[in-house]
Amino acid sequence: MQLDDLYRRVIMDHYKNQRNRGKFEDGTVTVDLNNPTCGDKISLQLKVDNGIVQDAKYTGEGCSISMSSASMMTEAVKGKTVEEAQDLASRFSSLMQGEDVHFDDYEDIEALSGVNKFPARIKCATLAWNALRKGIDEDQHNHK
Amino acid sequence: MNNAIREQFPILKQEINGHPLVYLDSAATSQKPLAVIEALRHYYEYDNANVHRGVHTLGSRATDAYEGAREKVAKFIHAKSTKEIIFTRGTTTALNMVASSYARSVLKEGDEIVLTPMEHHSNLIPWQQVAKATGAVLKYVKLQEDGSVTLSEVEKVVSDKTKIISMAYVSNVMGVINPVKEVAALAHRHGAIMVVDGAQSTPHMKVDMQDLDCDFYALSGHKMCGPTGIGVLYGKKELLESMEPVEFGGEMIDDVGLYDSTWKELPWKFEGGTPIIAGAVGLGAAIDFLESIGMDAIEAHEHELATYAVSRLSEIEGLKLYGPRERKVGLVTFNLGDVHPHDVATVLDASGIAIRAGHHCCQPLMRWLEASSTARASFYLYNTKEDVDRLISALIQTKEYFG
Repeated sequence: MQLDDLYRRVIMDHYKNQRNRGKFEDGTVTVDLNNPTCGDKISLQLKVDNGIVQDAKYTGEGCSISMSSASMMTEAVKGKTVEEAQDLASRFSSLMQGEDVHFDDYEDIEALSGVNKFPARIKCATLAWNALRKGIDEDQHNHK
Repeated sequence: MNNAIREQFPILKQEINGHPLVYLDSAATSQKPLAVIEALRHYYEYDNANVHRGVHTLGSRATDAYEGAREKVAKFIHAKSTKEIIFTRGTTTALNMVASSYARSVLKEGDEIVLTPMEHHSNLIPWQQVAKATGAVLKYVKLQEDGSVTLSEVEKVVSDKTKIISMAYVSNVMGVINPVKEVAALAHRHGAIMVVDGAQSTPHMKVDMQDLDCDFYALSGHKMCGPTGIGVLYGKKELLESMEPVEFGGEMIDDVGLYDSTWKELPWKFEGGTPIIAGAVGLGAAIDFLESIGMDAIEAHEHELATYAVSRLSEIEGLKLYGPRERKVGLVTFNLGDVHPHDVATVLDASGIAIRAGHHCCQPLMRWLEASSTARASFYLYNTKEDVDRLISALIQTKEYFG
């Protein structure tokens, strides 16, 4: 087992310098998710306007994998249409299942591919992405 | 403790990620000695049958093995009789039985249940549910700075409204031993009953129901070298007799009519359905194994390891240790600076060291400790000082890795 497969430099950079950490006043949806088995928490805010994710911020507590994943996700999703954001989330699921998927739009995410070899940590990586899916669902629901 | 004991645990002889396994998660579940594995195998190879009904030879053998295990448990915890030993799935089931059968029938609106904030979720949520159903009120004992419970703090929340006090004998997070004997006496002075969560005490020290004089005591087999899926509810006979069964069906009945039925006597009225026969046999073998080593010897060994671990952990700069520094039970909970416990556990696992990371089923206690989660290393009779040394050097490496 190679630890460096899990803790790549890109991941540690996102963990130590988390992008989009914080809150804004005018978010359109807020999603709070816990990982009840380990105590990781995320509160994700999205600003969705006209079907486009204008901005994303998060606060939370968690390990290097869950927090770096949140940092990357919020970077990647900004400026995407709702459909593109959903596609991003489903590609991330495929990545966690060990599939060979690419993120040409935000390559940092590919650094998380090593998580697949650490089954106990997959739920850490997916927490932020589950929050994203839920946030988009809520936004869609609000506009019906 | 010596190598002969380690030899009894085949699982410890393997490599994990290229390193000899160091298993430091016995508070979650202990490993199983050959004697237990062989007892299960022997039972299934030679004696397996359903209990209490077969006229045939195997039926008698299975019944003898199952009831023999009950006798071992009764002697091990010094119950007055086997009638006071109910086999359950584990501590969780045992505590839920007390809450849903005893507590629901006796509690009235305004009655009080006294707990501590260090309780495992299994000694917390059943009481929350009972309180909601009956209008009883939960009261919490204030913990000391170091996380321990003192009798004087318990006295402050106990009154004549108190009907039940429930408390862990040993905390699964801080390794503190609570004064349950003294609290039981206090409970009785106020006409309350005392429930003890014995999941973390029974594997590690002598427990004596006559000395503690508690009313109910719950334990899990898998934390004391036995199989998973078997545990025990001990209860004083007169209380168990007054209680309604929790599960109804086969095995637990005396006479069944179309509209009404009666129950078997103790302990069987609480054991509806085919019981956990092999699990009980395995628990009996685990008790024999522990007694062959001696609970005093196990306790002394753990005390030594815990003391050594606390002193070595204190050498690591930035490491925060939770709970009192002086401890008898082999369990240490800590955080390594800003490194998240998950990351600590993953890096340790890469060195073959198994520890627990998370909230340890104690979310209220985590809030009290102001930690979202912690790392925990727990020791048992098969652990050595070398295991502690491996833990320490791996922690130092982890710190450097994330530094």
